[in-house]
Amino acid sequence: MTTVSFSAVDVAIASIILVLDAALSIALRLGFHRSLAIAAVRMVLQLIALGFILRTVFAIDAIWLTLALVLLMTLAAAREAGARPQQRLRRGHYLTSLVGVAAPALLTCVFALISLLPGDDGWSPRFVVPVAGILLGNVLNAVSLGMADVLEGVTREAPAIEARLMLGHTFSDASSSLQRRAIRRAMVPLVNQMSAAGIITMPGIMTGQVLAGMDPLQAATYQIVLMLLLAGGSGLGAVVSVRLVLRQLTDARERLRLDRLRDTT
Amino acid sequence: MSEQGLSVNALRGHRIGPVSFGLYPGECVAVMGASGAGKTLLLRLLADLDPGEGRVALGGVDRDSVGPSNWRRRVMFVPAVSGWWAPTAGEHFTDGTRAQAAALCRELRLPGDIMDRPVGRLSTGEKQRLALIRALVEQPEILLLDEPTSGLDPEAALAVEARLAAVREGGTGILFVTHDIGQAWRMAGRVYQLKGGGLQPA
Repeated sequence: MTTVSFSAVDVAIASIILVLDAALSIALRLGFHRSLAIAAVRMVLQLIALGFILRTVFAIDAIWLTLALVLLMTLAAAREAGARPQQRLRRGHYLTSLVGVAAPALLTCVFALISLLPGDDGWSPRFVVPVAGILLGNVLNAVSLGMADVLEGVTREAPAIEARLMLGHTFSDASSSLQRRAIRRAMVPLVNQMSAAGIITMPGIMTGQVLAGMDPLQAATYQIVLMLLLAGGSGLGAVVSVRLVLRQLTDARERLRLDRLRDTT
Repeated sequence: MSEQGLSVNALRGHRIGPVSFGLYPGECVAVMGASGAGKTLLLRLLADLDPGEGRVALGGVDRDSVGPSNWRRRVMFVPAVSGWWAPTAGEHFTDGTRAQAAALCRELRLPGDIMDRPVGRLSTGEKQRLALIRALVEQPEILLLDEPTSGLDPEAALAVEARLAAVREGGTGILFVTHDIGQAWRMAGRVYQLKGGGLQPA
C-alpha cells in the first residue's frame, strides 16, 4: 500500500485553478475574487492551525485536554448554528442551539466510541476529536436549518396556528405541520447525501481514505458507519432543536408568543 | 359578580384595561371604538390568546383553573380575518360537524359546493362566513366576534345577523366589535365604547 502525502508545492499547484477563477472574476468584473481569496486564505490558515493543534493534543494525549477541545468545538458549533437564522428568539436563542447541537452530537459520539471503538484506544484524542468534529459539523447544519425554518415559518403560519388555537386545539396540534416541515427540511441534506452517496460523488471521508491508500471496500465501510452516525445525530438534532424552539414560542396557557421573536434582518 | 356567563374583573393587557364587565348567557353586547383603540386586543385577551392580568371567569369558574384549549373552545374568538390550515374549506370541519356546517352555509348564502373549494379561491366574504360557521358548529358558550359582517354585502350581513340572533336566543353570550352603529343597536342590548383602554357605556 502506498500512501500519498502532499508537500507545500502540491498545495500551490492545487491552487492554480482557483487563482484562474480569481483572474476570471477580475477580467469579467464578476466581483467574487475578493471573497474567494479571503475564504481560501482562511481555509488554509484554519486547517494548518487545526493540524498543529491536533498534533499537540495527540502528543499530550490527556483526557482533560481532549475534553476541553471538544467543549470548545461544541461552543463554536452552537454559536454558528444559532447565528444562521435571521429570526431569533429574544431569550435563550443560543442556549437552544447549544442544547440542540451538543446533546445529539455528544450522545452519538459517546455511543459510537463505546460501541464501535471498544477498549482504551477508543478514548484517545485521535478518535474522539475527529468523530466529535464531524458529528458537530453535521448536527450543526441540521440544527441551523431546523431552527431557521421554524423561526421563519412561524410568522407566516401564525394565522393558521392561531385559528386552530381559537377553536380549542392544543398548541402541539396547532403547530404540528410547522414542526413536521421544519424537521423534514433539516433532514434534507443528509437524506440527499445518503441517497447520492457513491452514485454521483464519492463521499469525502472515503475519498480521503482511498487517496491515503486504504482498501476501497474498507474505506466504504468506514464511510457507511460514519454516515449512519451522522444521519442519526442530525435527526436527533433536528427534532430536539425544533421542539425546543416551539416550546419557547408558547407558554403555560398554550398561546402563540410571536413577541418572543426578534428579527435581525 | 355574577356566577352566570362571562365575568371580567380588572382585566389588563397590552394597551387594555383595567376592564370590568359581565356577559350573561343569551346576551349580546357590542363594542365600538376608533381604529387602534384596542378592540381586537380586548377580544384576544378574553380568549386567552395574549397574556394579561386580572380575573376572568365563566359560570363562576376561574379561567386559570380551566385548561387553555378547553377555555378557548368555550369562549371562542372569531377574528376579522381568519387563518386556514388545510387546502380545502371542507377539511376545516370534522365528520361530526360537516352536515351542520353545510346547512349553515345554505342559510348564510354560501354556494352549495363551497366545502370542496380550495381556500385560496374563496372571496373575503366567503372566508369570513365560513370562519363564523367553523366556530358556530363547536357550540361555544361565549362568542367573541371581530367585525363579523365587515366584508359582506347587505343581504349576507342580514343573514349573519339573523343567525347570530338565533344563537343568542339559544343561550350563547355574544360580544362583538363593530364600526356600524346601526348594527350595534340592532343586535346588542348594551353598547360599549372602548377608549383609552377602558370600556364606557355608549
